[in-house]
Amino acid sequence: MSAEHDQGGPEQTLTARALADIGACADLASLDEARVRWLGRKGALTEQLKSIGSLPPSERPAAGARINRATERVQHAIEARRVELERGAVERALAEGAVDVTLPGRGEGTGGLHPITQTRLRIEQIFRQAGFDVAEGPEIEDDFHNFEALNLPPDHPARAMHDTFYLKGGYLLRTHTSPVQIRAMRSRPPPLALIAPGRVYRRDSDVSHSPMFHQIEGLLVDENVSFAHLKAALHHFMEAFFEQNLSMRLRPSYFPFTEPSAEVDISCVLCQGRGCRVCKHTGWLEIAGCGMVHPRVFEACGVDAERFTGWAFGAGIDRLAMLRHGVNDLRLFFENDLRFLAGFAGGAP
Amino acid sequence: MKVPLSWLREWVEWPRQWDAQELARRLTLAGFEVESITPAAPHFSGVVIARIESTEPLPQTGKPQHAPRLQVCRVVTASGAVDAVGAGSALQIVCGAPNARPGLVTALAIVGAQLPGDRRIQQEKRRGVDSAGMLCSARELGLGDDSAGILELPADAPLGADLRGYLDLDEAVLEVNVTPNRGDALSMQGLAREVAALAVPLTSAATVTASAPSAPAVTPPPTVPAPLAVTLEAGAGTARFAAAVLQGIDNTRPTPLWMRERLRRAGVRSISAVVDVTNYVMLELGQPLHAYDLDKLHGGVLVARRGRAGERLQLLDGRDIEVDEDVLVIADEQGAVGLAGIMGGLRTAVAPQSRAIALEAAWFAPAAIAGRARRYGLSTDASQRFERGVDWCGQERALARAVLLIRQIAGGLAGEPFVVERTRELPRTPIVLLRPRQLQRLLGAPVPAGEVERRLRALGMTVTPAANGRGEPPRSEPPRSEPPRSEPSGWHVQPPSWRSDIAIEADLIEEVARLGGLDVLPEQDASLPLVPRAPRGRRIDEGVVMRTLAARGYQEVITYAFVDPALQRVLLGEQTPIELTNPIAADLSVMRSSLWPGLIGAARENLRRQQLRVRLFELGVQFERAVTAAGATLVGGYREQKVLAGLALGARLPEQWANDRAALDFYDIKGDVQALLTLVGAEEPVTFEPTAVPCLHPGRCARVLRGGIAVGVLGELHPGLVRTLDLTYAPLLFELDFAAAFHAEVAQFREVSRFPRIRRDISITVPERTAFASVCERVSVVASSLLKELRVFDVYHGSEIEEGRKSLALGLILQDLHRTLTDEDADRTVRAVVEDLRSSLDARIRE
Repeated sequence: MSAEHDQGGPEQTLTARALADIGACADLASLDEARVRWLGRKGALTEQLKSIGSLPPSERPAAGARINRATERVQHAIEARRVELERGAVERALAEGAVDVTLPGRGEGTGGLHPITQTRLRIEQIFRQAGFDVAEGPEIEDDFHNFEALNLPPDHPARAMHDTFYLKGGYLLRTHTSPVQIRAMRSRPPPLALIAPGRVYRRDSDVSHSPMFHQIEGLLVDENVSFAHLKAALHHFMEAFFEQNLSMRLRPSYFPFTEPSAEVDISCVLCQGRGCRVCKHTGWLEIAGCGMVHPRVFEACGVDAERFTGWAFGAGIDRLAMLRHGVNDLRLFFENDLRFLAGFAGGAP
Repeated sequence: MKVPLSWLREWVEWPRQWDAQELARRLTLAGFEVESITPAAPHFSGVVIARIESTEPLPQTGKPQHAPRLQVCRVVTASGAVDAVGAGSALQIVCGAPNARPGLVTALAIVGAQLPGDRRIQQEKRRGVDSAGMLCSARELGLGDDSAGILELPADAPLGADLRGYLDLDEAVLEVNVTPNRGDALSMQGLAREVAALAVPLTSAATVTASAPSAPAVTPPPTVPAPLAVTLEAGAGTARFAAAVLQGIDNTRPTPLWMRERLRRAGVRSISAVVDVTNYVMLELGQPLHAYDLDKLHGGVLVARRGRAGERLQLLDGRDIEVDEDVLVIADEQGAVGLAGIMGGLRTAVAPQSRAIALEAAWFAPAAIAGRARRYGLSTDASQRFERGVDWCGQERALARAVLLIRQIAGGLAGEPFVVERTRELPRTPIVLLRPRQLQRLLGAPVPAGEVERRLRALGMTVTPAANGRGEPPRSEPPRSEPPRSEPSGWHVQPPSWRSDIAIEADLIEEVARLGGLDVLPEQDASLPLVPRAPRGRRIDEGVVMRTLAARGYQEVITYAFVDPALQRVLLGEQTPIELTNPIAADLSVMRSSLWPGLIGAARENLRRQQLRVRLFELGVQFERAVTAAGATLVGGYREQKVLAGLALGARLPEQWANDRAALDFYDIKGDVQALLTLVGAEEPVTFEPTAVPCLHPGRCARVLRGGIAVGVLGELHPGLVRTLDLTYAPLLFELDFAAAFHAEVAQFREVSRFPRIRRDISITVPERTAFASVCERVSVVASSLLKELRVFDVYHGSEIEEGRKSLALGLILQDLHRTLTDEDADRTVRAVVEDLRSSLDARIRE
């Protein structure tokens, strides 16, 4: 016990010593020991308080107040030190628990949809929101649906353009998605608004042809459907699909199942019509065939050609996909090279 | 069709300001797509017209016998030059051509000339003799294949003139794509008509004369009787047949250069005077012609008739074919001498030494010709035109033109052309009603009446306003002086004889729209009634299913629907595949009866490309023979079923520090299938049971069932096949019938208990063969409604337990909907479960 009497009383020295002691505590355990040492039941400051009784009564109040202040200061110091030490402990624990966030994450990666499927779904979405249905049809077709009902009787010269795969019994692999039109018109009455995407087959295989490819067919049949409607629908679709303003040009052409018929060119989506390798420096891309449904096609489907008119178009999904994604060789789509396909796992469809 | 513009220009005048590009653009926008514009000859320069004045042989000094016999030619490039200065101004050219002779006017490439194929002409010495240029063959100038001798130019060709200018070799040749409905446009005359119609509003009608061929159309006087009779025995197949006889011709005379050049530019090879003329007239007028050697025709007859079963014919190209009744032939007394409208026969073919010929200009009905050429693997200029339709009124004119041209070149005497006709079987030109209302309805915009009439008339149609618009044909004398013609109620339109494609009103509307240009038609948005509708059928969207698989690491692929029969047989044991009758390759010759061959093929390709971890899927149809559709599509005994199939191979997870390196096994792919089927909801339980699929590992394959109905299979490829197919790893495969697997019911609310759950774990051993499903079933039955979930958290086989048994560690999650379960409840349930497993499945508790 100290018996020193300097001007602040013995507790002043004690306080300074206590504060130094507390400041020196490096962890919570030693801080607790220090608390017991100074403020515990037998702690130095507690002892001082007990010793007040030995002072003359007149000095007691002042001494009591001094000692209490000292005790308070020490208590605060302990508390502050405790907070400080606790924070340090947390920080150390956090530092120890840090990981390398640049290491790759665990588990499976993701695959993806084939770019042609993504393109098909995108086209479907564009037409669905305009009110069109999506129809499907068989890939093995009969002559009636693939040719005859489409005003392509046997030996029609235009059949030569459809290098057809045949099966026994005169059946064939559909050469276009147009037979879906026939099936739709024969199964329900107009009005009809539908698209039919799907695989089609032609006996053709070179740099720009694959024996299997994808087409999308569009059909609108109602009273008073006109060529002007066809032009608008195609123009809107092309602009929606490519997300840019495009010029469109229709060239009269010939398809046995439409009359009038036209080939559809759009201004090149890559060079905006200035001329590039993809558009063969013409500024135009041939993108679809279209026309007004031929009365004989209506006849084959039991649709009254005097009452109803309709438009139809056909376009290559693969070509649309190539243009949108900048793919320069059709055959890449069917080689199923994972390195190629992985490039389309993400991104806008 | 290749169209040299100078030839077309002879038939029709078009505005001077339309250069080749502009003409091509206009033709393209009128439906005649111009695919290319090329000059009539490849680039060359420094070639002038020259005449050989004299030749002298170059001595053959010690050269091999068969070395070309060279001559030293003295050549002049200006008339009179040789007279004035003599040998001085003549050039000395060494030339090996056999036809180099004094007086010949030919092409000279002077020193410095640039020839096709980057060839530059220099002053040189040939066998020690100076040569100041080269006399050129057609081939050396890119003017055809003829390299037998140097070019022979007309004697009056201007010496010294540039050859390109003289032959107009810089003129443009358009390659025009004529659509199959427009056989009439496969000629200069036909395209000239189109150009005329396009030019009408711009040039005065007087300059548009699509009628005057270059030579005067004079029929020579009949000088010989025609020792030829023609009979038509093929019904409507041959309704007109014009013929003429020429005698005393010299078919060895060369075809004049101008005709050979035109033929070349149009893509036709020069053969002999007679054949060249028949081709020339066909290109000019669109009427195919055929010439027979009259001396080889037996009996002086030409009979157009149907082929006879077993009848044989040797064609011009040397092929021996057998014809039948479906094919038209031309025959003489001995038999068929030609495949009518397609190709002539070899026996009566015209040769250079032919002295007398019979010329045929016939009209064959498209239906009688269409498809026949293709049957014999042929496509000829004649068949292309006949199957698309030839003007049935054009035979005499073509014949007269051919006779004239042949006589000009080959001389001879001509018999009077004659025509045999089956009048009643000639095509009838229809009269088609065109209603302005329908025109506007189809195009979406009106076209002024005057404009309609003008366009149709420009195309050679007869247009008569209809009084009532109800389609009554005009009287024989069409009332020309109708009262006010402000708004006609329609027109009766009769197409010209060459427009056999015009049959209905829509055809006329197309013509009106086409000539005006489709670009001027408006764009107008259609409107549909806004009707909210339920989506079709309750099933999971394809996109959702595919994206779920993609999220689990699978990449979609698109494989061919035809596969290698060998692979399909090995995999599926298929005995009678659906074969293509005309496959593109032997290994793409049968329709897939499963998506697995395609996926395995794609996996192998990717392994070859060093992709060691492959996860693929495809959504597509597979094919089988069937008699009932059974929920799929059935066409002619072929059933198509949409299937989702997947393949996984290699490591379970991508290789990296945090992933385990284990190889995939059955339970990985089962997990993927389960995840997919989670999409359909819990209304119908999905179960798996062992099954046998020949191509799968017998102990590692299962059927997937929904509500007890099989919807797919999955498993590991049979180890034997893994070896056969030389795969590095055993692929895991699944396939799901898309319609059966992914129909879905609306998920229904199930009450969730608010009371705590209790978990009790038990560890049992059961015989090795006991399926977890049977354990599961017993536990469910016994624990009944208290069992919320049964977890199997460990499966152990091995030394720690008795042989022939396996250990299962089960966690039973118990909960009651209405009260808090007590420990006693739980204990009682577990005791009952254990007791039941012991008696029903020979289970033993592991302590």
